[in-house]
Order: sequence, then structure tokens, then C-alpha cells
Amino acid sequence: MTEHQTISANAGPGLADYNFAYLDEQTKRMIRRAILKAIAVPGYQVPFGSREMPVPYGWGTGGIQITASLIGPNDTFKCIDQGADDTTNAVSIRHFFAKVGGVATTEHTGDATIIQSRHRIPEKPLVEGQIMVFQVPQPEPLRNLEARETETRAMHAYEEYGLQYVRLYENISTFGRIAATAGYPVMVDDRYVMSPSPIPKFDNPKLHNSPALHLFGAGREKRIYAVPPFTKVESLGFEDYPFEVQTWDEVCGLCGAKHTYMDEVVLDDDNNRMFVCSDSDYCADRRAQGHRGPHAGHELTEIAEDVSKNQEVMA
Amino acid sequence: MSAIALEERPLNLAPDAPILRAQNVTKRYGFITGCEDVSFELFPGEVLGIVGESGSGKSTLLNCISGRLNPTSGNVEFATKKHGLTDLFDLSEADRRRVQREELGFVHQNPRDGLRMRVSAGANVAEPLMNLGNRHYGSMREDTITWLDRVELDLARIDDNPRNFSGGMQQRIQIARNLVHSPRLVFMDEPTGGLDVSVQARLLDLLRHLVRRSQLAVIVVTHDLAVARLLADRLMVMKDGHVVETGLTDQVLDDPQHAYTQLLVSAVLQI
Repeated sequence: MTEHQTISANAGPGLADYNFAYLDEQTKRMIRRAILKAIAVPGYQVPFGSREMPVPYGWGTGGIQITASLIGPNDTFKCIDQGADDTTNAVSIRHFFAKVGGVATTEHTGDATIIQSRHRIPEKPLVEGQIMVFQVPQPEPLRNLEARETETRAMHAYEEYGLQYVRLYENISTFGRIAATAGYPVMVDDRYVMSPSPIPKFDNPKLHNSPALHLFGAGREKRIYAVPPFTKVESLGFEDYPFEVQTWDEVCGLCGAKHTYMDEVVLDDDNNRMFVCSDSDYCADRRAQGHRGPHAGHELTEIAEDVSKNQEVMA
Repeated sequence: MSAIALEERPLNLAPDAPILRAQNVTKRYGFITGCEDVSFELFPGEVLGIVGESGSGKSTLLNCISGRLNPTSGNVEFATKKHGLTDLFDLSEADRRRVQREELGFVHQNPRDGLRMRVSAGANVAEPLMNLGNRHYGSMREDTITWLDRVELDLARIDDNPRNFSGGMQQRIQIARNLVHSPRLVFMDEPTGGLDVSVQARLLDLLRHLVRRSQLAVIVVTHDLAVARLLADRLMVMKDGHVVETGLTDQVLDDPQHAYTQLLVSAVLQI
């Protein structure tokens, strides 16, 4: 995989790879510089000149720009939305890179070198050399409480993070526990408080000491930040109300997994519902290995498998 | 209320050392003079009133001496815990913000400027504690309840948003927020402005209790001489950016020397 990275992008002999994958070289250079700075200062939000993308702001322009500036002909690209490979946005972005770069796409976490995501980190542990690219709607974790950018920048500069705890305090006083679930703030490398995109807090511990590189791009807000491999990432909490992840009483209806992040799916009007793994690739993998949940063989399984087949044909 | 003990404040200062010293503080906005050549000293546990009509430079002076507005010339020294008596504007921005956060308080005229309107009253009061590094919800909650009780707020409403409180209640939340972290000096810009007289009286009574009990130094800016009479030990009378008269409160109000002070005192409506 390291080999892929060293010969990525425009290392080819001719001009064939010049302006590879949608962005022009100057833009890519600018974005790569921002990425390098972000990696050098973990958790710090680096401003960059976000470009117009062929999708609206809010649909993942930050992530697409990071991916476009990193991807090379030998990369394998995976894109997930809410953990699933087969949702509209994920399919479109995957097709986009297949079209503009001719790169290989995959749905398998293990095969991908670059994984773009908004809401999830895949269940299958990431390995060294993989890059996670997050689409971030609001990079500033303090924004809801402090509207002034000058003020939030000063707060980051001087490590004034008391305000971040106000949000958690509010949660406890309202719900009796820290009820915030997505975009749960983390402290990166004991220095910067960072919003980990709106991933569920279930995924926060996966950032800690992860062997993969995590890059966060906010296209509308024009910020890039990063968690380099093997970096300390700590979710905030109070001494008497520490950070904890969500748990489910149910198992995945399709593959029987107990330890994954689950979506609740309403099946009919008679209050029947099932819980399924939000990570569709992980769930399919488990089913292939012979794991079966209480709803195994349900018609939804077939839909998911059909879509997967179609995807592979198109890719 | 009897449970409220005197807060322990190890000051590490000689008892007669000033906590704040302003020297020739001048602030100009272009050609317009905000305040000119103001010098004074303030000692721990003392309440200084600054009175004067609208536009006389009271708020400008307050902003300068609280480190929020850089004066055109002159210096403002504050007895910081870490460095002793230091010019606030010689400190690095990080240090100045730390001093403002940990050792000073600032009560705005309009509570909306001093409160976070989107978070509950309880969280507003607890925020200074979190800024000081407190990470224990239970203990902060206790302190918050103690202080909201001290400012006589209905504790059942601790988790309501400030916008759902009346103006007088908002002002009391703001006062609790500015005293909870045991600052050593609190600035108050018209703390009772815009409040009706009965609420004002209760608030003043409360402020007087709190100030006397916790030995904190206060600088209160007001255009209301009755407020000054009730709260302040010493008065500074300002006109057109200049200090025209200083002295003990009773002395200034009962025997005004400067023509403007005489006018000011005589202009108070008698009932």
C-alpha cells in the first residue's frame, strides 16, 4: 500500500496523469499543503481555499476535495454514507471518482486505500496505510456556543476549553447523562479540541491510536484538519460523568452481531422492527462467513445483496 | 444565608497594597476624547463608584481599566496572583485573558451581553468554574445552586434559558456568574440600569451583602447617585472625560465642591 502512495497522482512519465482526477495540479498542491500542515498539528483547523465542486456544499465537497488531491491511479476507493455503501450519496461519489480518475472502487473496507465517509468509521479495524476522509459540515466544536470566529480561534490558541464542557453540562442537567451522540468533541494529542465530523460517539474510540490516517475536510467552512496515525484521541467527559459509547440490547437481525453500531429499521405498520448493522460491508462479510441473525433470510437481505451485485458490475 | 462563610482569599499582598492602579489613563477615539488623564488606586475590599452623566467617559474608563480596551496612553496595573502588580496591557494576550477569566469579573449593563442566552441559567453560572478547569459535574452543580440561592433565584428554574427570565432575574444570574469563581475585583457597568425601583432595591441590597461578605473589590459605574450612595465607599465624578471630583461617597454627595457635582447632586429628583 505504501508502494501505491509513493507512485500515486502525477508520478507517471507523461502528461497522462497531469490534472488527474478532476482537480487541477495547483489546487491539489494547495490542498496537499493544508493537509500536511494539518497532519503536523493534529486537531488544528487549517484554512484552505475550498473550490466549487460539482455537488452542493453540504454534500461532501470537503471530503471530495481531499480525496481528489490524494487519489492516484493505483488507489482503491470506497465511499460510505451512514455506514452503507449503497446509499445515493455514496454511490454518486464513488462513480464520480471512477469516472474522473478511472480508479478502482470497492465496497470492502480491507481492499480500500482511501475511504470517504461522513457518519461512520468502518467496523473492520483500519490498518496502516489506509486513509479515512471525512466530510465535515461544521469543523468548529465551539461554534454552537460562540458565534465569533475570532473568539473561537483565540480559545483554541490559548487552550481555553471550559466552554466546550458547557455543552456536556447542559446535557447532564437536561437528561441526567451526556446524551450527545454525534459529533462528540474529542481532545487530540492533549492539545486541540476537535469535532470528529458527525460520526456517532460509538466510533470515537476508533480514532484513538488508529494506525490509519484520518483527514477531515469541511468544504463550505474551508477547513482541513487531521488525526495522524497513532495519535492520542480522548473523548471529553466529566469526572463523575465519564464518556461512554452507545450500546444496544438487540443483535443485528441479519448477521447476529452484538458489538456493532446499529440502525433501527421499521418493517411494517404493526410495530415490527429490526436492528441491522449500519456498516453494510461488515454485515455482508459476517453473513458470508455464515453468521445468522434472528431475521436472516428477510427480504431486505436480498435487496442489499442485489444492490451489491449491481454495484460490482458497474464498478 | 448564614451558611455562606467568608471566602478564603490568600492574596499574598501587603494589606495596604493596591489591587488596581490606574495612571494617566487616556482613551481617544480619533478626535473624540473618551476619557483623559485618569489616575486612581483601588484597595482590596473597597468599592469605588464612578458617576457622571451619559457620555462622560464612564464606560470607556471601565473598559480600559478592565483590560478590555487598550488605552491611548497611560497604564493600568492589576495585582495578579502570578506576577504581582503588572500592567494589564504588558501581559501577553493569553495571560491577560487568563487574568480576566480567573481574577476579574465584569457585570454588563445589559445581561444579554454578559450571559450566554442559548444555555441554561445553571450552565451560565457554572461556566466560569469550567473555565478554571473544574471537571466535576456534581461539585459544580452544588456551587451553582449555592450561588443561585444567594442571588435569590427560584432554584426550580435552574435549567431554564436566560431568555425565559425577567430582566431583573437575568441581571441576578449575571451577577452570580461573575462571583461564582471568587474573583478579586469585579467591574459593574450600570448593574441596575433598566430595572424598576423595587427590583433595583432588592438587587442593591443583595450586592451590598455579597460585597461586604466576600471582601471583594468592586468598581461600579452608574449615573444613579442613589446606587452610588448605597454601594460605594469612594466616588469619582466624571465630566467630559475628566475626573472633576473624588472623595468619600458621603463627602462628595453631601458637600459637593465642584460646580458640576453640585449640579449633579441637586438634579436628583426628590420624592
